[in-house]
Amino acid sequence: MSRSARGAIEAVARDSYGRLIAYLASRAGDLAGAQDALSDAFAAALERWPMDGVPEKPEAWLLRVARNRMIDAARRHRVRENYEQFLLQLAEEAEDIAATHDRFPDERLKLLFVCAHPAIDPAARTPLMLQTVLAIDAARIASAFLVSPAAMSQRLVRAKNKIRQAAIPFRVPEPAEWEERVSFVLDAIYSAYTTGWESLTDAGSSHRALAGDAIAIGRTLVQLMPNEPEAAGLLALMLHCEARSAARYASAGEFVPLDRQDTALWSRPMIEEAEKHLRSAAAFKRMGRYQLEAAIQSVHAHRMVSGKIDWPEIVLLYEGLVQIAPGIGSLVGRAVALAQAGKPADGFARLEEIPAARVAAYQPYWAARGHLLELLHHPAEARAAFARAASLTDDPALREYLFQRAGGDE
Amino acid sequence: MKYALLVYQPREIFDRRDEGMIAAGRAYGEALQAAGVLVGGAGLDSPQTATTVTLRSGKRQVHDGPYAETKEFLGGFGIIDVPDLDAALEWAARHPAAGFSSIEIRPLQGFYFPGAAGKTSQ
Repeated sequence: MSRSARGAIEAVARDSYGRLIAYLASRAGDLAGAQDALSDAFAAALERWPMDGVPEKPEAWLLRVARNRMIDAARRHRVRENYEQFLLQLAEEAEDIAATHDRFPDERLKLLFVCAHPAIDPAARTPLMLQTVLAIDAARIASAFLVSPAAMSQRLVRAKNKIRQAAIPFRVPEPAEWEERVSFVLDAIYSAYTTGWESLTDAGSSHRALAGDAIAIGRTLVQLMPNEPEAAGLLALMLHCEARSAARYASAGEFVPLDRQDTALWSRPMIEEAEKHLRSAAAFKRMGRYQLEAAIQSVHAHRMVSGKIDWPEIVLLYEGLVQIAPGIGSLVGRAVALAQAGKPADGFARLEEIPAARVAAYQPYWAARGHLLELLHHPAEARAAFARAASLTDDPALREYLFQRAGGDE
Repeated sequence: MKYALLVYQPREIFDRRDEGMIAAGRAYGEALQAAGVLVGGAGLDSPQTATTVTLRSGKRQVHDGPYAETKEFLGGFGIIDVPDLDAALEWAARHPAAGFSSIEIRPLQGFYFPGAAGKTSQ
């Protein structure tokens, strides 16, 4: 096969897969059908382009072939009444796209809103985004989410059937529902990031690659929603965390807590990019959960230049975060920040306010509790809390660190 | 797209139905009619009035009571014709029982049968 044809196919797949899927699926209301048709189109390109040469407009060529595949599929199966009309419209548009110099319309935002629609199983939203927007294969997604490939593809198939059969619309939400619907999209992206983040020790794993994939979707989202400060906030948060990936573990794999990390190992370009997005978000004067979380990370990042951490500032940011998103993470974070700002007793009182049922299996709570009890000179209770924290993590390096603070090497 | 809205309610609700609730249900049905989205629908009497029939090995079995004893029972249903799920969700959320019932939304599968009987309500 000629190298240029293969290169051209790979380039289109890399740059335009999500756009092509979004375009086809948003018109057909059928994500699975669009994916099948597009993979047939790519297969046809692998066959034709090396012989016929790369078409002048590769995307329009692929769209036309995919559209024909969808018409064939529609003839084979009985399909919804409006399908016929869609196909006619698509045929006209495909010709227009081939005839003009414009790229076809970018419908990826609609696709993201469909993937994170409240009628879709929350466990399927993130995988669906990764598969359809970034073309990541189901087997890799499965290994990142620690489920079997069969279970993951079943989850994806079910979600795609639901989109088609229940007619979940490909549309951008109205202002009245905007905030809630955006939060579903942001949460699904952040969930991909944290799933990847939690196992940084295994740097080459598909698990770890997920963090990079989440940032890629985050970047796309910022382009697609230039007026949504929370999208920029989420990207800033992920970039700030990602900037520190080289500093989280010492050379022998030991866990290094954030305030002891060697700032020389932090990625300056990523921190600068994060700060740029955080500033552009702030200009909208519409505070939100992700902007606040990113701002907290930004204060930590400032240690790179100032050499210290402004804990009172972090306390303020957590107070804001607890107002907007009183999740267990922000409640624990606020308690630790208070203690680090010189008020360990206040911090401990905040920890004690959290209902026991919410913290039973939450490792950061027990690590924070151990740390605060240590500051308050209750070494025995502190050790017990660290031991409990150690038994609640699946990260070996973190477990080792917590056991050390518990004073044992069990 | 046609969807069934299936209203599930705790048993107590059936015993507590009053003039106000019935009037609210009627107003909702009229609103669906006025918007031109209603295919049909009705409220159902209490599960105590239900009789269930099955045919097994050619033998008809009839028993007193609803299909399954659960905490919630089907209390009413409507079939609406709207462009997509979001539109169906919007109508379902306006149902007067939405505050104390669960409303399941299911697309109709394949054909549906508009009937000649019972053209008028009551």
